[in-house]
Amino acid sequence: MTSPNRPRSFQEIILALQNYWADKGCAVLQPYDMEVGAGTFHPATTLRALGSRSWAAAYVQPSRRPTDGRYGENPNRLQHYYQYQVIIKPSPPDLQELYLGSLRAIGLDPLIHDVRFVEDDWESPTLGAWGLGWEVWCDGMEVSQFTYFQQVGGHDCKPVSGELTYGLERLAMYVLGVEHVMDMPFNDPDSPIALSYGDIFRQTEQEYSRWNFDQADTEMLFQHFKDAEAECARILEAAETDSAGRRIPMAHPAYDQAIKASHLFNLLDARGVISVTERQAYIGRVRALAKGCADLFLTTDAAGVAR
Amino acid sequence: MPDLLIELFSEEIPARMQARAREDLKRLVTEGLVQAGLTYAGAGAFSTPRRLTLAVEGLTAHSPTTREERKGPRTDAPDAALEGFLRSTGLTRDQLEARDDKKGQVWFAVIERPGRPAAQIVAEVLEAAIRNFPWPKSMRWGAGSLRWVRPLHSILCILSDEAGAETVPLTVDGITAGNTTRGHRFMAPDAFTVTGFDDYAAKLRRARVMLDAAEREAEIRQQADNLAFARGWQIVPDDALMAEVAGLVEWPVPLMGVIEDRFLALPPEVLQTSMKEHQKFFSALNPKTGRIEGFVTVANIETPDDGATILAGNQRVLAARLSDAAFFWENDLREAKSGMEAWRDGLASVTFHNKLGSQADRIERIAALARGIAPLVGADPDQAERAARLAKLDLRSAMVGEFPELQGTMGRYYALEAGEPEAVADAARDHYSPLGPSDAVPTAPVSVAVALADKIDTLTGFWAIDEKPTGSKDPFALRRAALGLIRLILSNDKKFKLKVPLEVGLLRARGASLSAKRGDLLGNLASRLKEASHDPVAYADALTLAAKGSDVGVPGKLVAQDLTHSSWSDYTNWENGLDALLSFLHDRLKVYLRDQGIRHDIIDAVLAQEGNDDLLQVVSRATALNAMLATDDGRNLTQGLKRASNILTQAEEKDGVEYSFGADVKFAETDQERALFSALDTAEPAIKRAMQAEDYPAAMTAIAALRAPIDAFFEAVQVNTDSQIVRRNRLNLLSRIREAGRQIADFTRIEG
Repeated sequence: MTSPNRPRSFQEIILALQNYWADKGCAVLQPYDMEVGAGTFHPATTLRALGSRSWAAAYVQPSRRPTDGRYGENPNRLQHYYQYQVIIKPSPPDLQELYLGSLRAIGLDPLIHDVRFVEDDWESPTLGAWGLGWEVWCDGMEVSQFTYFQQVGGHDCKPVSGELTYGLERLAMYVLGVEHVMDMPFNDPDSPIALSYGDIFRQTEQEYSRWNFDQADTEMLFQHFKDAEAECARILEAAETDSAGRRIPMAHPAYDQAIKASHLFNLLDARGVISVTERQAYIGRVRALAKGCADLFLTTDAAGVAR
Repeated sequence: MPDLLIELFSEEIPARMQARAREDLKRLVTEGLVQAGLTYAGAGAFSTPRRLTLAVEGLTAHSPTTREERKGPRTDAPDAALEGFLRSTGLTRDQLEARDDKKGQVWFAVIERPGRPAAQIVAEVLEAAIRNFPWPKSMRWGAGSLRWVRPLHSILCILSDEAGAETVPLTVDGITAGNTTRGHRFMAPDAFTVTGFDDYAAKLRRARVMLDAAEREAEIRQQADNLAFARGWQIVPDDALMAEVAGLVEWPVPLMGVIEDRFLALPPEVLQTSMKEHQKFFSALNPKTGRIEGFVTVANIETPDDGATILAGNQRVLAARLSDAAFFWENDLREAKSGMEAWRDGLASVTFHNKLGSQADRIERIAALARGIAPLVGADPDQAERAARLAKLDLRSAMVGEFPELQGTMGRYYALEAGEPEAVADAARDHYSPLGPSDAVPTAPVSVAVALADKIDTLTGFWAIDEKPTGSKDPFALRRAALGLIRLILSNDKKFKLKVPLEVGLLRARGASLSAKRGDLLGNLASRLKEASHDPVAYADALTLAAKGSDVGVPGKLVAQDLTHSSWSDYTNWENGLDALLSFLHDRLKVYLRDQGIRHDIIDAVLAQEGNDDLLQVVSRATALNAMLATDDGRNLTQGLKRASNILTQAEEKDGVEYSFGADVKFAETDQERALFSALDTAEPAIKRAMQAEDYPAAMTAIAALRAPIDAFFEAVQVNTDSQIVRRNRLNLLSRIREAGRQIADFTRIEG
C-alpha cells in the first residue's frame, strides 16, 4: 500500500506541501518574523483576508503556545511547533479537491485512508474573526482545519477567503508512523548527519517550558503589554500623511504591535497571573487592537482601495 | 401526473443539521407548490453529508385556471368610484360587465388567472426555498453572495413522467439546475444523469451512496452487531451517536478494533466517553467480564485492504487518546488517595459567581443544607454532609477537566479510592441528578439529601442575587433545578415543609452575596447561621421541628433577634423573596402536574390552602380532588359549594358581618334543612379525621356525601327569607358548608 515516494522525514513533508501549493499557483511566503500563536496571525492571512483584492499564499509558520509546553516529554504537545498555512481569496470552487490533492502529495491516498470533513466552526476571539468549515479527519485523526472566513476584525470578508491549516508535527508523525514527536526524523534518516526532531527541539522545549511557566518576568511582561497596546493605538491614530505630504497609513506596523500584545498575553496566561475574570478583559483589549488594524488596513491599497 | 426530483449537492453538511434540513426542504417546497395551486400525492426527503434530496410524487402538471368575480360600483356611480374599482382589479372599463342587481345596474369584474405549468412554479418555489433556507448557521463563499450551510455546488431539478424527464429551468446565483449528480466522493466521483427518483436512487447506490439515513443507520447497526457477535461482545447502544455517524458517511463501513490490555483498567465510562467524544466510536462490551473491550469505527469507504490501514490508524489515535486518559486517571487516583486537599484548595480559587463566592463557598452552603435536610429524607446527617463536601471535588481532577460530562461519575471513583463508604461515593455521582425531565431520580437517602441541597442552593443562590428566569431566558437553568427538586421530592415520597430549607438557603446565599458589605443585617445573619451550622444538633432539630408543622426555625429566630437592630424593610424584602421563590416552584409544579393530567385550576385550589410548601401533600390533595371532580357527585358538589360561597359573600358584604357561627337545627323549617344539618354533623368530623390522617380520598368521599343534601337544600329552600332569624340561621348553615369545603381546597378557584 505504501507509495514508492512516500516521505521519510519531517522536512520532506514540508517540501512536498511547498511544491504542491507552488504548483497550484500560491505565492510561497516565508514565516512571519514575530512570535505568533498560529499561522492565522501572519498578516498574509489576517490582513489579506480583508478587502477586495485577490490573494493566494502558502507558508510555514512557527507558532508558540506557551501553555502547551511539556518540557519535551509529551509525545504530541509542544510550546513551539509548526503550522502550514494556505490562504486563497476568493475561495476557489474546487478548494476541497485541491486540499485532497495535497494529502496525496504527502503520501495519504484517500482511496486507502478514510478522509472525512467533520463540522468545526472556527473562531478567534482575539482577532474578532470567525468562519465555518471542518476539521479534516484521516483515519480518525484531525490533520487539518478547513475554514471559509466570514469575518475578520469585525468586518465581513468579501470575497470570502478559504483557509487551510495543517498541524505539521501531528500530520507528519502520522504519515511517518512515529509515536513520539521527538523521535521523528527531521532530515533524511540516511543522511550522514541524521537529525531527529528531538535533536533539534528537545532542549529548547525544556528551556522555554521552564521560562514560560516559572521564570518569565511578569512585571516586565505586563509593562510590555501596555507598551505594545499604547504604541498600536498611537500608530493607528497617527496622521495619514507623512511630513512630505504622502498618504501612508501604517496598518502593518500597528498590526505588529497587536501581534506582540497577543503573544505577551499568552505568556502571562502561562505564568498563571491572569485570573478568569481578567482573561476576558485582556482578550477584549487585544481584539480592540486587531479591529483597529483591520479598520485601517481597509483604507489601503492592499485592501483594493483605488488611489 | 409528473414526479419531481430535487437534489441540492454541497460540501459536507454538519451531521447534526441534516435531519432538520431535510424536513425544512420538504416543508418549504411542498407548501410553496400547494400555495401556487398544485397538488401532490406524496413527498419524501433524504440527506447524506453532501446532499439534500426531495422526491415529490404525483404532482399536477399545471395549476388550475382560476376565475374570480368581483362586484363593483353601480353603473351610475361617480367616475372616481369606477376608477378606484378599475385600479384594484387591474382591468379596463371595456373588460367589465354590467349586470342587473336589486338596486339597478352594477359593474362586475371577472378576473381570470390562467393556470401555469408545474416547471415554472417549481423553479420559483425552489429558488425561494434555497434563498430563505432556515439553516442554524450559514455562510458565503468565493465571490458570491448566496448563503448556504457550506458551498453549494449543483442543483438537480427534474420533472418526469411516462414521456421522459424535463430539467426545470432555474439559475440561483450562477448555479444552473441540471439533471446530473455525482456519487461517492472517492469511490465514484464522476457525474451521471438521472431520469427520475428510482433511477437516481439506484444509480447512487451503484455509485456507493446510500441515500436514506435510516438505511445507513440500519446498515451500521447490523454490521456492528455482527462484528461484535463474532467475538461474543455487544455494542453499547447510543442513538445520538448513531444519528451523528450516519450523517458523516455516504457509504458506511463499520470496522471493529480491540482496546489494548493496558487501557482496560480505565473506568468503562472513561473509555466510552473518550471514544465517543474524540473519535465517534461505538463501544463494545464483553458481557463475560462486564468491561468495554472493543470499539467499532464507521469508515466512509471500502478499500483494497479491507480497511486494514484505516483501522490501524484509528487504533493509533485511540492509543494516544487513552494514554492521555490513563495519565489523568493515575494522577487523579493518587490525589484522591491522599485526601483531595489540593482539589479542595483549588476550588477556593474558582469563582462560582462573583456575587455568590467561590465553588468552595458553595460547597460549604450545600454541606450545611444537606446536613439539615438529611433527617427529613431518612439519611445520616454526617454522611450527607461528608458527601456534599466531597461531591464537587472532582471538578478539579484532570479527567473532568478533559471530559466535563464525567463530573460526578469520576467523583464516585475518587471518593471510593479515598476510602469513603458506598453511600457517600454514590451521592457524589448522583447529586447532579435528575438533570433532564427523563433522567433517573436518585433514591438512596444520602444521594437524595445532597441532590436536594444542591438544587436548593442553586435556586436560593440565584434568587438571592436577583438572577431570576424571565421569559425564555434562564441562564442559570433555575427551571431545570426546580423541576429536579420537585421530582426528587415526589418520586421519593418525601414529605416535609420546603420553606425551612429554602429560608436557610436564601439567608446563606444572601449572606454570601452581601458579605462584601460587612455589618448589614443579612451578612450578620449569615454569620450567625454559620455558627448554627457548627451546632448541627440544634440546626437539625429546628428543621425537624419545622417539618412536623411548627413554624419556628432557626432562621426565623435569628431574624426575630436581629429585627431590633435593623430596618423592617430588609426583613420584608427577604420575606417577599421567599414567597416569590415558593410561587416559582409552584408554577413549575403546575407545569409538571399538567403533564400528568391534573388541571391547573385544581392545583390552584389546593395551593390556596395552608401547608402548600409540602409538595407531596399538595400533590396528594390535587390527585384526590382531581379524581373526585371526574365524578358527577364531584362536579355537582363543586357547584353547590360555589353557590353557597357566593350567597354568603353577597350577604356578608351587604350586612357587613361574617356569618360563621351559630347555625341551629331548631330554627330549621324544612326537611331539607334538617337533612343538611344532619349530613354536616356526619361529614364534618369525617373530613377532619381524614385530613388529619392525610387520607385525602377519604376526605373526598366524606365531602361528596354532602352533594345530595346540598342540592336538595338549594332546590327547596329560599335562603333570603323575611324572617331574619331564619335567614341568619340559613346563612350560618351555608358557612358550615363553606368551612367543610375549605378544609379540603379553595373550591371557588375551580373552573366550570
